[in-house]
Amino acid sequence: MDNLLSIVTFLPLLGAIILALFLRGDDEAAQRNAKWVAMWATTATFLFSIFILTGFDPDDTGFQFVEERDWLLGLQYKMGVDGISVLFVMLTTFTMPLVIAASWNVTHRVKDYMIAFLVLETLMIGVFCALDLVLFYLFFEAGLIPMFLIIGIWGGANRVYASFKFFLYTFLGSVLMLVAMVAMFNDAGTTDIPTLLEHNFGTQTFSLLGIQIIGGMQTLLWLAFFASFAVKMPMWPVHTWLPDAHVQAPTAGSVVLAAILLKMGGYGFLRFSLPMFPVASDLMAPLVLWLSAIAIVYTSLVAMVQEDMKKLIAYSSVAHMGFVTMGIFAANQQGVDGAIFQMLSHGFISGALFLCVGVIYDRMHTREIDAYGGLIARMPAYALIFMLFTMANVGLPGTSGFIGEFLTLVGVFQVNTWVAAVATTGVILSAAYALWLYRRVVMGDLIKESLKTITDMTRRERAIFAPLVIMTLLLGVYPALVTDIISPSVANLVSDVETAQAAFEATTMVAEN
Amino acid sequence: MISADISVVLPELLLAVYAMGALLVTVYTSKDKGAPMVLWTTSVVLVATAIWIALSGGGTRVAFGGMFVDDGFARFAKVTILLSAAAILLMSQDYMQKRDLLRFEYPILVVLSVIGMMMMVSAGDLMALYMGLELQSLALYVVASLRRDSVKSTEAGLKYFVLGALSSGLLLYGASLTYGYAGTTLFTGIVEAANEGISLGLLFGLVFLIAGLAFKVSAAPFHMWTPDVYEGSPTPITAFFATAPKVAAMALFARVVHDAFSGVVSDWQQIVAFLSVISMFLGAIAAIGQQNIKRLMAYSSIAHMGFALMGLAAGTAFGVQAMLIYMAIYVTMNIGTFAFILAMEKDGQPVTDIASLQMYSKREPLKAMAVLVLMFSLAGVPPLVGFFGKFYVLRAAYDAGLGWLAVAGVIASVIGAFYYLRIVYYMYFGEDKEGLDTGMNPVLWGFLMASAGVMLLGVINLFGVEGVAAAAAATLVN
Repeated sequence: MDNLLSIVTFLPLLGAIILALFLRGDDEAAQRNAKWVAMWATTATFLFSIFILTGFDPDDTGFQFVEERDWLLGLQYKMGVDGISVLFVMLTTFTMPLVIAASWNVTHRVKDYMIAFLVLETLMIGVFCALDLVLFYLFFEAGLIPMFLIIGIWGGANRVYASFKFFLYTFLGSVLMLVAMVAMFNDAGTTDIPTLLEHNFGTQTFSLLGIQIIGGMQTLLWLAFFASFAVKMPMWPVHTWLPDAHVQAPTAGSVVLAAILLKMGGYGFLRFSLPMFPVASDLMAPLVLWLSAIAIVYTSLVAMVQEDMKKLIAYSSVAHMGFVTMGIFAANQQGVDGAIFQMLSHGFISGALFLCVGVIYDRMHTREIDAYGGLIARMPAYALIFMLFTMANVGLPGTSGFIGEFLTLVGVFQVNTWVAAVATTGVILSAAYALWLYRRVVMGDLIKESLKTITDMTRRERAIFAPLVIMTLLLGVYPALVTDIISPSVANLVSDVETAQAAFEATTMVAEN
Repeated sequence: MISADISVVLPELLLAVYAMGALLVTVYTSKDKGAPMVLWTTSVVLVATAIWIALSGGGTRVAFGGMFVDDGFARFAKVTILLSAAAILLMSQDYMQKRDLLRFEYPILVVLSVIGMMMMVSAGDLMALYMGLELQSLALYVVASLRRDSVKSTEAGLKYFVLGALSSGLLLYGASLTYGYAGTTLFTGIVEAANEGISLGLLFGLVFLIAGLAFKVSAAPFHMWTPDVYEGSPTPITAFFATAPKVAAMALFARVVHDAFSGVVSDWQQIVAFLSVISMFLGAIAAIGQQNIKRLMAYSSIAHMGFALMGLAAGTAFGVQAMLIYMAIYVTMNIGTFAFILAMEKDGQPVTDIASLQMYSKREPLKAMAVLVLMFSLAGVPPLVGFFGKFYVLRAAYDAGLGWLAVAGVIASVIGAFYYLRIVYYMYFGEDKEGLDTGMNPVLWGFLMASAGVMLLGVINLFGVEGVAAAAAATLVN
């Protein structure tokens, strides 16, 4: 199977094309067909992606399943995965069938809805597989179009504002990255990512508009990539689009956004910023570490006062992404391992939390925390599942949330103790807002009249949660499942970065003496 | 000797003969009743000429002592011009027939202006340049006021005429200064004169020439006529303005700066970069407040010209290649978009208010999808072809050391994305109100779908335009 990655990437698109061309009408039968086609397409994609995992050799730190074809302008259509990206592909293919299943109750323009999600899946997988700068950019940016439509068409009351903000905010970040990519193309003469990973971008200090730029070209390129990925992550203080987008997006849209789209930023840092601009990353690391620490504490505090459940979880996502950026720019084995682990585990946990909100939203059509209370009386299964994911979100040992947070904190502690200390308080704060949310929604007496007839989760809903529960617990007790796959590649990455940084320090020492 | 010259200008000559012949025949026989016939024949003739030129083989041929140059660059531009003119003619039939505007002069005037454009892109001399430009402009002044009983259309024609004359004046002034200081009107002679050290007079000539050309490509700050003329002219004419003349003027621009002033790139680079950056920003910002889709497209075209000028500002062969690719993509996108605008009707009357698009996607999902593709392509979002146009010019600008221009360009494109998104917003998220009529003329439908299809499928290899444009650019810039 030479084209496995292409098959996995474009299979959902094929489903979308079939839907677009052959499905007519908008009656109930057509809607059901649209859902089933989407379900089959995403499931088939997942099954194919299992071949990637089984055929993947963790000890090989290079790219595997590489495909290469010539494209325009000396660009290439080049796909491949390594230890860093392979699990993100799996995360995407694993999440999408659940997302489709969670959308079973959609009735408004079902066909378009399914097409949007299938196209989005293709683009997301493409981001993690692309081994050409421009190809990466293409997938990365194109994802904005379906997401813009998902928020705008199927979103809540204030969807127009949210969709425009989402699009323009992320678009502005990415176009700066585009200029940086053009600059890299110019400097290295290629857009091939494996070659660029070996390329040393200039670190000579120069002055631009009278400002001395330490780290030279690398710093400028790093900043341009940072503009894009920091928005996408999102990092404080450019996170403000996320709560709006999450609140207005439909449940499935929120799940995709939280579970996968946010990971593109972290993946970008790991694939580009850290290995390609190691010197600039070193120079900028304190900035990123402190921004992350602020993000963790600040957004946790903000989360505490939210009245809308989705908004609360959105802010908690920003806080958890803070751990990720912190781990990545600690640039040591534990930190980077932890960052990847945290991203995967956050994919399951935050996805599940948004699904939890979706379950009660479908019944009551409100996300106000005050509208609930005492759900445990009528929804015991829901209370159990919600509790599990609340605890995972807090980072309780035994759940996957703990491993990620712990590893990143260990990593950052070796680099910057103060940041680690501040970030650790975030763990306490996360317990505060998450448990308080749980108390207000689930615990207590069921006094609200409107809730007296609420029903527990249906079989379909339980089936959606089952895989997420399994993954969260499994990774919590046996993290080696993930770390065995990622560690060799991460070790390779970390040593490359350290070598480059040491070389730079040696040259500056020589220059100073 | 003369027969060799004639063979070089044969396509233009035959087109001119065709225009005269068609004029005579229709005047003496059917008059306006025969207009659809003339329109279709003209389109066929234009397409046939395009194919002929495309297949006529490589090599650079010069006629009339260097006044007329037929090279790969000219051929690329000519094919683009001819094909887009033919497309616009076919698209306009339905609209004009419904409004009783389809006079037999219309296709003939279009052919005449196309001949002017072909002369422009082949000009090797300031006089040939001016002749081509005026032939093109005069025909366009007339078609702009084709709706004789409409105040707006007449106003558009008059405005276009007065400002066009002003720009021609500037251009002529620049040409005469250039002639005065270079001692020749031939581009090859001007190059030599400029290479010996550009004198102040020659520099002035260059600046005035560029100002005149900037009028024709509607680059800011010489863009003022564009929105009014776009709005006032009948929509098919607006579509025509937005496509073929832009290609011709841009190609002429490239020819003047690269053929006549190739030795003094640094002298004009700054001017072109300046035109480029303010066109991009003005086009992006001024379009935000527009409710009229024709005015919006006018500002959009100003912004796009800014991007094309970015390629030109690079001053390299790659820059010219990028510019040509950009223009080819731009024209294709505009043909599709105007095919849709031409079909925007409410109770049989044309509407141009973008609010009338409310929830269009619900009634016409396929067409709405096509327009969505075109809008994202105009905004330059990958994977649509519009992105590649931007990518080429950005790369050309960056490689030429104009990194700041590239950064300015992408920021302008984000601002510009807003108004394209607004159209998508009306079509997909708007309120469900009484909107446009459904149904569409099959020709327009075909062009809309073809254009959207090109935007989607072009990601595979841009239909090979890259190599052709590279070859074309190589003949202009040595």
